[in-house]
Amino acid sequence: MAIVPNPYKTTGFLGWIDDRFPLTKLWKDHLSEYYAPKNFNFWYYFGSLALLVLVNQLLTGIWLVMHYKPDAAVAWDSVEYIMRDVPYGNILRYLHSTGASAFFVVVFLHMYRGLLYGSYRKPRELVWLFGALIFLVLMAEAFCGYVLPWGNMSYWGANVIINLFGTIPVIGPDLVVWIQGDYFPSDATLGRLFSLHVIFLPFVLVALVVAHLIALHEVGSNNPDGVEIKKHKDPKTGIPLDGIAFHPYYTVKDVVGVGVFLIIFLGIVFFAPDGGGWLLEKPNFTPANPLATPEHITPAWYFGSFYAMLRATPSIAGSALPGVIVMFGGVAVLFLVPWLDRSPVKSIRYKGKLSKIALALFTIAFVLLSYYGMQPPSPAGTLISQIGTIVYFAFFFLMPFYTKLEKTKPEPERVTHAAH
Amino acid sequence: MQRIKTFLIAVALTAAAAPAYAAGGHALTYKFEPDSNNIQSAQRGARNFMNYCSGCHSMKHLRYGRLGQDLGIPEDLLKANLMFTSDKPGDHIVSSMPKEEAAKWFGQTPPDLTVETRMRGADWVYNFLMTFYVDSAKHSGVNNLTLPGASMPHVLMDLQGVQVKVEEKAEGHGEEGHGGGHHAGPKFELVQPGKLSPEEYKKFVTDTVNFMHYAAEPGRNARIALGYKVILFLLLFTILAYLMKKEWWKDVH
Repeated sequence: MAIVPNPYKTTGFLGWIDDRFPLTKLWKDHLSEYYAPKNFNFWYYFGSLALLVLVNQLLTGIWLVMHYKPDAAVAWDSVEYIMRDVPYGNILRYLHSTGASAFFVVVFLHMYRGLLYGSYRKPRELVWLFGALIFLVLMAEAFCGYVLPWGNMSYWGANVIINLFGTIPVIGPDLVVWIQGDYFPSDATLGRLFSLHVIFLPFVLVALVVAHLIALHEVGSNNPDGVEIKKHKDPKTGIPLDGIAFHPYYTVKDVVGVGVFLIIFLGIVFFAPDGGGWLLEKPNFTPANPLATPEHITPAWYFGSFYAMLRATPSIAGSALPGVIVMFGGVAVLFLVPWLDRSPVKSIRYKGKLSKIALALFTIAFVLLSYYGMQPPSPAGTLISQIGTIVYFAFFFLMPFYTKLEKTKPEPERVTHAAH
Repeated sequence: MQRIKTFLIAVALTAAAAPAYAAGGHALTYKFEPDSNNIQSAQRGARNFMNYCSGCHSMKHLRYGRLGQDLGIPEDLLKANLMFTSDKPGDHIVSSMPKEEAAKWFGQTPPDLTVETRMRGADWVYNFLMTFYVDSAKHSGVNNLTLPGASMPHVLMDLQGVQVKVEEKAEGHGEEGHGGGHHAGPKFELVQPGKLSPEEYKKFVTDTVNFMHYAAEPGRNARIALGYKVILFLLLFTILAYLMKKEWWKDVH
């Protein structure tokens, strides 16, 4: 099929553009004639919100980089300089630091929506895989950013995380030195994490988001019923009967979501930017000190679940390698989900009891893991984390069995939607 | 909606149940909440800090001029009463104490205090200044309940007086020892009064910590004031957005 310039035959200035660049075509394909199911619910706000938070991080990041100094001797001071001497610097910084946490809240809920309604099932496997890659890159991005203020928690957090690579047999110790560019986190480490944080990872992140959206718009959005709206099209127009144009219907709806989100998000930014020590940790208000380890080295809250898995896994022969494998496995298993679910239906609405119990246990396990990953080690915490880790993995690895065994409810032919 | 509610309730319940296992942390003797709106208190605190603390402790991220501007102190008063190490309002508040010698004298260099209340908590700093007590085992003659083994001498002893720690009575142990949470009475006894009465000293420390709380984030009050406007705007915006959504969605059946 040859590319036809200006298929919509626009004229005037727009026509001049459309003869040379598919502006009208892009607008129609992705917004005004992208037909999304009309029965989206609460869970469907988080995709557009993730995009909003990404833009917030990019914009505030650009301004922070104008004033931040990636130099171990002055990095911490430069952050205080931003807080005090840069006009609105404190708000810029809080938008960025709170934005990091908001990103994870939104992305966790967005992914959870995928699990609820089977948004990873055929033909949306690649949408899910691009999403899982985004999550992985986001974690790397957040880690690098966390180190940049070069506070004491930044420093020791970097120390713990980079040393995880040291558990790899044979090459581990050399790998750690290679990553750090030194024998301990130092100016060399800060420089490379800065570079990754502001150039490489955002670049990859944006590219993956574009791929995620292109893949989504190719196959069309899933919906809470998990039925394909493309099965029932208007014979004359070819438009899905249960589809509505993304613009204006979902743009105006998402704007409401943006309003509610911003009230919560900016409420935290303006009134509680420390988040009670969960968003900005107290030990990070003292500069990095290689000689003073903080009382409890905890990761940022959004890494709590994976950190709990690391700590819950017993070492073998004095090596923490099993824990590291389990922790990375916790992310890697997400890439398998499209092929683990064997249910004849997509949505949790029509799945059987077993799937519902499994998802409920998984949810509880994830929340508990996130919590105990933040706490100082305790026997009770370790036990709960171990059970939580088993439940987390069982949810995925038993999925082929329980989704196949259980009795499902019949899917409706069309989406269920009450006009409101 | 029902499902969302069930989900939220489940999350809330697990989150509420979890901290029960992890109670603890360091209980502070005195409760304290800083007041960022009390400018007069912060002004007195600035005076206290400059006179009693800044000899050893710097506030190297805060400029004299910014302090004067935020706390409404005119430049002539600022220069005459608060600026001991510089005569340029643009300068940062640095201590004149030589760092290496200080480390020899005290065992460590007195730390910079610009963001101390954010690192430790304003209530911690308040408690620290309230809980020095006589301890002959210590080089400086005093110890601190909030920071045991503190290398700082009790600079404010002159004002507070000399207090000793009252040991918990052995017979009372069974009743109040393990329950936790409830402190029966003061842990200290003033054996030699200072220049200030206990009430005046409390006020002195409150002022000082209020100033340090200001210094930890000079932009705090402006941020909060802007926050109210932003949220008010967003409330109106969201209502309008909701009405617009309802209007558009009338066609969706």
